[in-house]
Amino acid sequence: MTLDTTINDDVSWTPVCPYPRLEPERGVAALIDGEQVAVFRTYDGRLFAIGQQDPIAKAYVMARGIVGSRGEIPTVASPLHKQVYDLRTGDCLDVPGVAVPTYPVRLRDGLVEVAPRQRPAGDS
Amino acid sequence: MTGSSVRQRLVVVGNGMVGQRFVEALRSRDTDGRWQVTVLAEEGRPAYDRVRLSAFFDGVDADELSLHRPDDGVDLRLGEPVVAIDRAARRVVTGGGEYPYDALVLATGSYPFVPPIDGAYVADGPDALGPTPSLRSGVFVYRTLDDLTAIRDFAKGRRTGAVVGGGLLGLEAANALRLLGLATSVVEFAPRLMPVQVDEAGGAMLRRYVEELGVVPHLGVATTAIRSRPDGELAGLTLSDGSWLPTDLVVVAAGIRPRDELARDAGLALGERGGIRVDETCRSADERIWAIGECAAVEGTCYGLVAPGYAMAEVVADRLVGGSATFPGADLSTKLKLLGVDVASFGDAHGRTPGCLDVTFTDPATRVYAKLVLSDDAQTLLGGVLVGDVTAYPTLRASVGGALPGPPLALLAPAGDGTGTGSGIAALPGSAQVCSCNAVTKDQLVGAIAEGCTDVPGLKACTRAGTSCGSCVPMLKQLLAVSGVSLSKALCEHFDHSRQELFEIVRVRQIRTFSRLVAEHGRGRGCDICKPAVASILASLGNGYVLDGEQASLQDTNDHFLANIQRDGTYSVVPRIPGGEITPEKLIVIGEVARDFNLYTKITGGQRIDLFGARVEQLPQIWRRLVDAGFESGHAYGKALRTVKSCVGSTWCRYGVQDSVGLAVALELRYRGLRAPHKIKSAVSGCARECAEARSKDFGIIATDNGWNLYLGGNGGFRPRHAELFGQDLSTEDLVRYVDRFLMFYIRTADRLQRTAAWIEAMEGGLEHLRAVIVDDSLGLCAELDAAMARHVGSYSDEWRDTLADPDRLRRFTSFVNAPDVPDPSITFEVERGQPVPALGDRRPVTLGLPTTMGVPS
Repeated sequence: MTLDTTINDDVSWTPVCPYPRLEPERGVAALIDGEQVAVFRTYDGRLFAIGQQDPIAKAYVMARGIVGSRGEIPTVASPLHKQVYDLRTGDCLDVPGVAVPTYPVRLRDGLVEVAPRQRPAGDS
Repeated sequence: MTGSSVRQRLVVVGNGMVGQRFVEALRSRDTDGRWQVTVLAEEGRPAYDRVRLSAFFDGVDADELSLHRPDDGVDLRLGEPVVAIDRAARRVVTGGGEYPYDALVLATGSYPFVPPIDGAYVADGPDALGPTPSLRSGVFVYRTLDDLTAIRDFAKGRRTGAVVGGGLLGLEAANALRLLGLATSVVEFAPRLMPVQVDEAGGAMLRRYVEELGVVPHLGVATTAIRSRPDGELAGLTLSDGSWLPTDLVVVAAGIRPRDELARDAGLALGERGGIRVDETCRSADERIWAIGECAAVEGTCYGLVAPGYAMAEVVADRLVGGSATFPGADLSTKLKLLGVDVASFGDAHGRTPGCLDVTFTDPATRVYAKLVLSDDAQTLLGGVLVGDVTAYPTLRASVGGALPGPPLALLAPAGDGTGTGSGIAALPGSAQVCSCNAVTKDQLVGAIAEGCTDVPGLKACTRAGTSCGSCVPMLKQLLAVSGVSLSKALCEHFDHSRQELFEIVRVRQIRTFSRLVAEHGRGRGCDICKPAVASILASLGNGYVLDGEQASLQDTNDHFLANIQRDGTYSVVPRIPGGEITPEKLIVIGEVARDFNLYTKITGGQRIDLFGARVEQLPQIWRRLVDAGFESGHAYGKALRTVKSCVGSTWCRYGVQDSVGLAVALELRYRGLRAPHKIKSAVSGCARECAEARSKDFGIIATDNGWNLYLGGNGGFRPRHAELFGQDLSTEDLVRYVDRFLMFYIRTADRLQRTAAWIEAMEGGLEHLRAVIVDDSLGLCAELDAAMARHVGSYSDEWRDTLADPDRLRRFTSFVNAPDVPDPSITFEVERGQPVPALGDRRPVTLGLPTTMGVPS
């Protein structure tokens, strides 16, 4: 979900950090309503938020993966066993049927904000 | 025949190269398990590569020469020679028992022939019929690893050696004596060296090479007596021209004789010149007994080469499973490197075919001699001799009996880059044998390529071509090339370049950022493959702190947090302990830090201590304590120098001959922090007992009485490999210079995640080429490599000290960006054997559908 997502008034946004605190192509972990979320800024300034838990290795590490691209898809690779995930959808591009949840994320007044996820994760 | 029928007993006598090949061939064909195989061997070690025996003196050990492949279906009994065959009862007898057989395969090989020279034996005369005459002290044969070990041991402290026999084996033995530091002579009865393989002119060229190496040939004379000094030590040889050749050691390499005594005692027919007489199916007069290899006289002829032996092994294996193979006759071609000289002969090398024509080429300047033997109409190649340059050998040998693959002089003149023979490959007929050792034709190789083999290792695995003497490997490469197989060197989808090419681009264009590199020379935004590779290149080229600016985003998580990620998302910490030497005070600090942060501790294989279970936000606190106590990063997280392990050396050890700890500490401090295509490990042993296991390292050093021996290209891991001897008795200064260049050349030219062993293996020319580059400076690179290492040593700075000094860098070590005081709640521990370990609970990893057992169809 990018910052252009239509905003539902019911959604409660949690400020995570000032935008410059996010290094390009390097994630940070955040706590949103008790859930661990990985927040990324790609080289072109777009923001993404996905679940921090690696659905295969089960450890909470996704923010520490390498951000890159596969074709036109912005990606992050799990730092444990390098499975690659689509930052936009959370889908694992290497193992069919595996996915991380995604979270709405936006930039407001210089702050990066994340909202609780709206759909259950399609993980195994 | 089906698997349910009664199994038949097959006894194989002998576990040499041919015996081993036979067992493998039979086992791969006997899919029904029809034969129950017992192998009875005389030697105490399983089959090894006798063709490469002399490599023993280049530092290749028995393990590397081994051809043994464990096979549960074969009962291999070593050191249990057969003493008799009872044909009536169909059983063989050993010192340990009796073995009944339904089929018996004799692969007993041959024994070295020692002519009846006066004084060669302990007793009065030779046991002329026996294979193992009792030679007097100081007189040796050259056949087994035990023989070579005995020669090596006896040569210690002695100065001169003589070889009786100037043939192939004799020249190999002469080289061995030379390598052992003996002043060496060769005595040959024929008027030239290698009389069987080369003609007179080729022999003359060979003699010049041999003399240049300091080996003195005595040609056209026989050895008449071996004489002792009054103290019983060997004094020298009396030659048939009356001359006296003083020597401390004698190796007799005067030919071989088939081991046919078992068959003879059992009443089987022998060939006219010995050997167990067999027909073209390798079956003896007794239909249950077969003979293969050097002990067999196929239709009366014995073959002393491995290739015909392999062919016989295949024939018998085929026959025993109901096939109808016959021995196809033998290709007696040979190509070898003797005393540094390449020599090849093939086909009718001596021009014995009536009416044949010779085309010869002699170049005294380059000392190349070549001869082609052609049919009387000059259309068909019959054979030839090559001395000094054998580039054309694979093509020529494969062309024997067929049309010339090009004009004769073009084929013979040294091709230099070998392209002259490339066209020859395409011209070869499909039936031409490319690998004569394993009888693999061009058609078979082309077929394997069509089925998907894309490289030389693939072709070797698929066809066995190139797995014996290796002389056809250049042909395999050319075949792959002309078949249009080109392997993509692309690093990943973002770069079409190999790591080596990217390294050169970054170096020459002085690129400092990934963004510029990918924009100008790649596409997209990179991935987990190219980003760390580029980060490593930038680090190797001295781009400073690895987490500055954009470089931070390139690093794998380990380099990013300067620690090693573990399965639960925690990290482990490894402070550097150079050479494994540590003071009690520092040990206590490590213990206190581990206790205070509740870390699991373990001693690593690299002689240091790993502290597990640290959360990211704890890493700076842990390192503050360690840095204050004088520790620095151990780079366990990086593709970089890890450790230089050491044994305790001459300081304490009663066997040590040099200060191995001191050298290990110095080397570890010199190369610490050096980023490379893969991890680099090293070790230093203080004596030949090798307690530091240096030969399993990328660069290993073993102390000698006079300096250091340097071994390159070893590793443990999935595919263990011993490092090979690169230099002997080096001074510390030379040693460091060579290691500097080795590491920098590796960093420049290796592929991503390619350890040094694979790098050397893939290098055209292998270790010899490496030696040329870093010792002889054949590429003119040494000054650059030296300067690059000097830069590294001069600019080293501890990454953890630098990190602690910079608040911006420390900010990265945060649990949650919006809750830095909250530790990751998913990380919990339980206690195992008194230490904290990850409590995985319901977070155990899912399996990815890999089979958990390897099913064997019943």
